[in-house]
Amino acid sequence: MTAIIEELLAGENRATGNADLMLQTAEWAAAAFARFDRAAVEAIARAAAEAGFAEAGPLAEAAVQETGFGVIAHKKIKNELTTRALFELYRSADYCSARILPQVKMVELPRPAGVVFALTPSTNPVCTIFYKILLALFTRNAIILSPHPMAKACSVRAAKIMAVAAEAAGAPAGIIQVIEAPNLPLIDHIMKSPRVGVILATGGTPMVRAAYSSGNPAIGVGPGNAPALVDDSAELDQAAKRIVASKSFDNSILCTNESVVVAVESIADRLLQSLKAAGAYPAKPEETAALRDLLFGKGSFNIEVLGKTATEIGSRIGLRLPANTKIILTEIDRVGVDEPLSKEKLCPVLGFLRVPHVQAGITQARALVRLSGAGHSAAIHSRTAANILAYGGAVKALRVVVNAPCSQGAAGYGTHLAPAFTIGTGFFGSSAIGENVGPQHLVNWTRIAYSDEPAELFGEFGGLDPWAGPPVALGREAPISLGRLQEGADQAPASAFASAPGVASPMAASMASDEIALMREEIRRIVLDELRAALRG
Amino acid sequence: MASAEKQEFLEKSKTFWNPGKTQAWQDMGVDLVIDRREGYLLWDMDGRRLIDLHLNGGTYNIGHRHPELVEVLNRGTQRFDMGNHHFPSLARTALAERLARICGGDMHYTMYGSGGAEAIDIALKTARHATQRRKIVSIINAYHGHTGLAVATGADRFKKIFLAEQPDDFVHVSFNDLNAMEDALKGKDVAALIMETIPATYGFPMPLPGYLQEVKKLCERYGALYVADEVQTGLMRCGEMWGYQRYGIQPDILVTGKGISGGIYPIACVVVREAYAGWLKQDGFAHMSTMGGAELGCLVAMKTLEILERPPVKPMVNYIAETFRNGLADIMRLYPDFFVGIRQCGLVMGLEFDYPEGAKPVMKHLYENGVWAIFSTLDPRVLQFKPGVLMTADLCQEVLERVERAVGLAYADCLGRGRRASRHAA
Repeated sequence: MTAIIEELLAGENRATGNADLMLQTAEWAAAAFARFDRAAVEAIARAAAEAGFAEAGPLAEAAVQETGFGVIAHKKIKNELTTRALFELYRSADYCSARILPQVKMVELPRPAGVVFALTPSTNPVCTIFYKILLALFTRNAIILSPHPMAKACSVRAAKIMAVAAEAAGAPAGIIQVIEAPNLPLIDHIMKSPRVGVILATGGTPMVRAAYSSGNPAIGVGPGNAPALVDDSAELDQAAKRIVASKSFDNSILCTNESVVVAVESIADRLLQSLKAAGAYPAKPEETAALRDLLFGKGSFNIEVLGKTATEIGSRIGLRLPANTKIILTEIDRVGVDEPLSKEKLCPVLGFLRVPHVQAGITQARALVRLSGAGHSAAIHSRTAANILAYGGAVKALRVVVNAPCSQGAAGYGTHLAPAFTIGTGFFGSSAIGENVGPQHLVNWTRIAYSDEPAELFGEFGGLDPWAGPPVALGREAPISLGRLQEGADQAPASAFASAPGVASPMAASMASDEIALMREEIRRIVLDELRAALRG
Repeated sequence: MASAEKQEFLEKSKTFWNPGKTQAWQDMGVDLVIDRREGYLLWDMDGRRLIDLHLNGGTYNIGHRHPELVEVLNRGTQRFDMGNHHFPSLARTALAERLARICGGDMHYTMYGSGGAEAIDIALKTARHATQRRKIVSIINAYHGHTGLAVATGADRFKKIFLAEQPDDFVHVSFNDLNAMEDALKGKDVAALIMETIPATYGFPMPLPGYLQEVKKLCERYGALYVADEVQTGLMRCGEMWGYQRYGIQPDILVTGKGISGGIYPIACVVVREAYAGWLKQDGFAHMSTMGGAELGCLVAMKTLEILERPPVKPMVNYIAETFRNGLADIMRLYPDFFVGIRQCGLVMGLEFDYPEGAKPVMKHLYENGVWAIFSTLDPRVLQFKPGVLMTADLCQEVLERVERAVGLAYADCLGRGRRASRHAA
């Protein structure tokens, strides 16, 4: 096709028109999926999870190659955690069956959101795709994913791997779809679509804001800026190891990573020694100045250092760091707009702030979260319950990780928080959800509530199916049937009416799809044989 | 009751346009004068909303005034018009290239008409040139349009009035009758068999399993070309781009019309296997059409195909087809002695009513209940039921609710309350 013709065909409505088709198909798929039972849902989720798990390594490599962010080995771990591990975590939960509660005379019916529109980031592209898909599958939702343009190739590949596996395991056609050429106007169009049930937004602040103001329900996660307070009761070597392990994990690309260590003066020097021993390099004042300029010289965080290693970042300011350097410490004397290094840093550069006592530390941690990351995460290394409680009550973070790496711990790994790659920032962060997002957030419940008068007896609901009815359209094949009045229809073998309505649907419903395919093939063969015989005659 | 304004208009329609047709609709209780239209909705000039399940035979397959088609037509007019049919054209070649890719195999060449019947004539002329034979075989009561050759393939009704029969060259055989087909072909003097994959005006009788495959083999055995008229069955309506794909055959010549125009700029196409397109090389000026393949139409057709090829469309068609199959089966169970069958290939559907002309009262009650679907002229027990390929789930549910109501009312007319409708049927 010539460029002239292609230009004429490339109207503004092309992308939105395609998105509308995806939304329509997703709506059909969601309607079908909402009638699946728990066993079928588990089989589909398992198939998707296993398919993703099998590709965890190659996709980790692809993600690092495409984006230049992070560490392959760490991304592989995250891909594994968001596939098989996530499946194992939720497999025993049930978001599909009616709950019959005779003691309160109530029946609760799960009602999925319908179409989930999921925005996924460039920093954790594949694992966020996996995580959001599995959440949607567990709750019988259809999902449309819009990957970050910088990570679209690996994201699209990841989504398609799960889509193919889910459909092969019996999911309705189009249950998982992915936008291959995402852009802002297109995303805005989809976010405002009345066909969207809920938006799961992980990304930058503008994207999350746009999701909240779309008119559709949205669960968003904005940026973090986690403080890590270390008081004089902390076990310093352990604290240092955990902080370095967290800050170097995937080169600090999780939004739950520590931004600034707030150290009580009495232990600050010893903590610094422990951090050095654990692989941290304390930058000299002029190096800190150079890093400030490198990271924030252009105003906002320099994307060129996002997810890069400590040694790479060091070399950018002419600093030759030993190869085993895991993070760089930059000592700062204040928190606020006048110290850029107190902002979120998605790279292994960690602020280090000395405070005279715990109370001052809590105040500075509060200031850090006020600067950015409201409702997100914070960490504390302490053995003093009173300090921990006061910290939790003061800092506007909705998860406070104690004596653990914050990157992993706040995301639910190494703590008993729900494993999540979407961190609800709650009312502090203008989000409807303040927890680590899980499947429970993608389903509502219809509550059938009886009168509390003892004379009104609760019904017998055991064994009943709220969604019993005609077979569900699965979108796999358009039916063919002959009807009854047509000339010749009565002479066709009775089995040729297999797809005629009313005759075969109950039978078809009770048969596995491969059995039906075999039966169809058999019918074709018989009919052809008969026709051939008739022709010879 | 029609408004005074509408009544006045209908009189004008009889005076200046077509008195017979205008009156016939009034006699059938359908006083439709279509004004505004959008998606799968029509609004009568009196403001009444109707869901369009007629689609003018699939012309509005992807909906009325599809925004992307309106856009491409607007953009096209900034640069092109119909074009000069004598010269190589960017748009005509681009559409032909796309059709060649979609049809696959050696279906290389596209010839253009401005409407389906003209395209049928081109297909039959091409077959005659390729085989150097004159005879054309078609199905009894077939419908392929109203031009010189096309009308001769069809029912007497449209031929006799214009003295257009050509009995020597045009042979008609029963649908689904392989013996009759072989008898017609075995003289080895037939240029082409032309076949609507599912005969539309005949009430969509479905090809029996294996029938079309055997017909294709017979054509090969006796040297006749197989011309697939995909005007109503193509463009995803059967669940694949072309209806014949559902039956496992590959035609020699394909004709597409109606829906390929998007209902917005007239065009029709004939796609021909390379081996049978010889006249294009021998004498490329042998057939011409000033408006055939108008360049604006080519742009619209390319956009129509682009939309239909998008990945979400195929599952969507399947969902719609399954949903109607399931929902209509439920309604059949309510009126088992009246609504007795569903002929279906994807979204090409015929609803069977076991009562003389039973589809007519159903059509009337549907019309009164906000749905426009038409009975089959040549088998009025069958209602043509043609949902669009891009229908939303909500609209499908609404259609089913309205159909249930209308079928109930038609049932009462025909078989209920003292059978007062039986006089009408007799």
